[in-house]
Amino acid sequence: MSNYIPKIQHKRGQLFDSLFVLVLVYVSLYIPLFLESDTKSVDETVLTQAHTWESLDVSTVEQEQWQKLGFDETAAAEIINDKFDYTINPVMLVITALVIIGYFFFVLRVSQKQYREVIDEKFGHGDTQSDKEATR
Amino acid sequence: MSNSTSTSTAGQQQSISMLKVLNPFHVWALGVGIVLVGEFMGWNFSVAKGGAYGALIACWVIGLLYSCVAMIDSEVTSTVAAAGGQYTQAKHIIGPLMAFNVGLYLVMAYTMLEAADALIVGDLMSAVAAATGYEGLNPQPFVVLTIAFLAWLNYRGVFMTLTVNFVITLFAFLAIIALFIGTDPLNPGSVLKHSDLLTELPYGWIGVVASLQFGMWYYLGIEGTCQAAEEVRSAGRAIPLGTIGGILTLLVAATLTWYISTGLMPWQYLGQATTPLYDAASIIGNPSLQVVLFIGTMFAAIASANGCINDAARAWFSMGRDRYMPTWFGAIHPHYRTPFRAIIFLIPIAVSFAFTGLLDQVITFSILSGLLGYTFMSINMIKFRKMWPLDVIKRGYIHPFHPIPALTLLGLCSVVYFATFLGYGASLLSIMAFYIVASVWFVMRRYQFVKRGDQFTMPWPRPKGY
Repeated sequence: MSNYIPKIQHKRGQLFDSLFVLVLVYVSLYIPLFLESDTKSVDETVLTQAHTWESLDVSTVEQEQWQKLGFDETAAAEIINDKFDYTINPVMLVITALVIIGYFFFVLRVSQKQYREVIDEKFGHGDTQSDKEATR
Repeated sequence: MSNSTSTSTAGQQQSISMLKVLNPFHVWALGVGIVLVGEFMGWNFSVAKGGAYGALIACWVIGLLYSCVAMIDSEVTSTVAAAGGQYTQAKHIIGPLMAFNVGLYLVMAYTMLEAADALIVGDLMSAVAAATGYEGLNPQPFVVLTIAFLAWLNYRGVFMTLTVNFVITLFAFLAIIALFIGTDPLNPGSVLKHSDLLTELPYGWIGVVASLQFGMWYYLGIEGTCQAAEEVRSAGRAIPLGTIGGILTLLVAATLTWYISTGLMPWQYLGQATTPLYDAASIIGNPSLQVVLFIGTMFAAIASANGCINDAARAWFSMGRDRYMPTWFGAIHPHYRTPFRAIIFLIPIAVSFAFTGLLDQVITFSILSGLLGYTFMSINMIKFRKMWPLDVIKRGYIHPFHPIPALTLLGLCSVVYFATFLGYGASLLSIMAFYIVASVWFVMRRYQFVKRGDQFTMPWPRPKGY
């Protein structure tokens, strides 16, 4: 079997390929903004309320530390009431799991095929002992 | 004609190799240098997701994940001693498409981390200017200056780059120790107020799982030690010593960081702080400690950006050398022996990432790229032992208890994917979409330029099963 002779890529093609990867990265950075990924939420009614340290359920020591950090009740309330929502959407969870598993399956499967080409070219194509063992 | 010219050029490029000048301290400086900034900022987002105790559990669980990473890395890298680290390992053990993906994981993880580091430097300068009466200082020139200066350092040579990293990383580590001593740890309650500030788990155990995502920041990047494999004097000695020494240093630093911060700040504040250790020094009210922590935070961010440039450039260079990416990037500087084109190319990219204003997306992209790389490492380790059993090729280091570390790593990675889904599900899907599209693009377009036989350069026998 003859060795594979790769194509030579010209400079314009090299530039195009570099830019393609860059554009792809930027697109994937901005997609979550459109999908509103942030699940932290602040209750708007809570924000407009007047707050005291007692209403925020903050102990005396905690209050001292907040004040040392330069926060009053109102500023602290904004942070204290900013909470994560861990409600799980089962459909999205299954889709995400399938995407990750599918990705690795695809990459490993194709890599396996390409790796055989690499090994055959490096060590020669043939019925080696290990090949026979593998097919048993 | 064009064929022969190209071959000749490639031949000339390959005849110039990188210098073998590094020792275990440089490897330690590279690994810990990249990561230590995670103690100064970033780890505390795990407190927001799961509370203070959740972050401590994350610190230890993710510490276990990285111990597995360090053990696996030490064995494979001490055997596959070439620039590109895990990328080169993937090329020899799994195949071209996996290698292409691993190369991208490395470049994306490090370049995005570098952007976040430079942003920290800019923000710190801005904060100091505000504190000294110069409100509204634009941080962006400092971001550009930091990246440009470090890129120049990297361009000039790896020995100087990592020697500088060793000095500033050591200072940053000692700053954490100094802060710990400054909190009077032998008298609990005097400065540290754990009994008053530690609360129950705010979101229950689901929050603990969710906090594993940012628990990665305690250690993210330690696997970068592999990138130095082609430039160390003895890969079999320097990589295991530097990597395992690095993970031990980070376990100590992470535990101290958690202990200090949670004893001084309410968990809700800590969960969103930009520079928690510097804030801790400010609360204590000791001006000397404040200065030490300011310099420590600055040095940690610079060391991290420096190591990231080093590693991202080597991964990009290796991909260019193998034609996975344009061959133009696969050149070594004839005098400085560094991958200079890859270093220069990544400067504007890092700057532009820093200027997107999407810091959380950039950090999540970095973490997930790292996580995908760790998933690959567990599969890689199992295949490596199967294809070349211990008696077939000589290893510089053999890690114990195989396959327990690889299987543990795979299990922990699965849990961290779930942790990322909790709160950052859309980011997870969009980043997966990036790698899927890039993979299809590689198969359909780039693979035609790849010379098959050249992908296997190690002097090993034919692998079992092939």
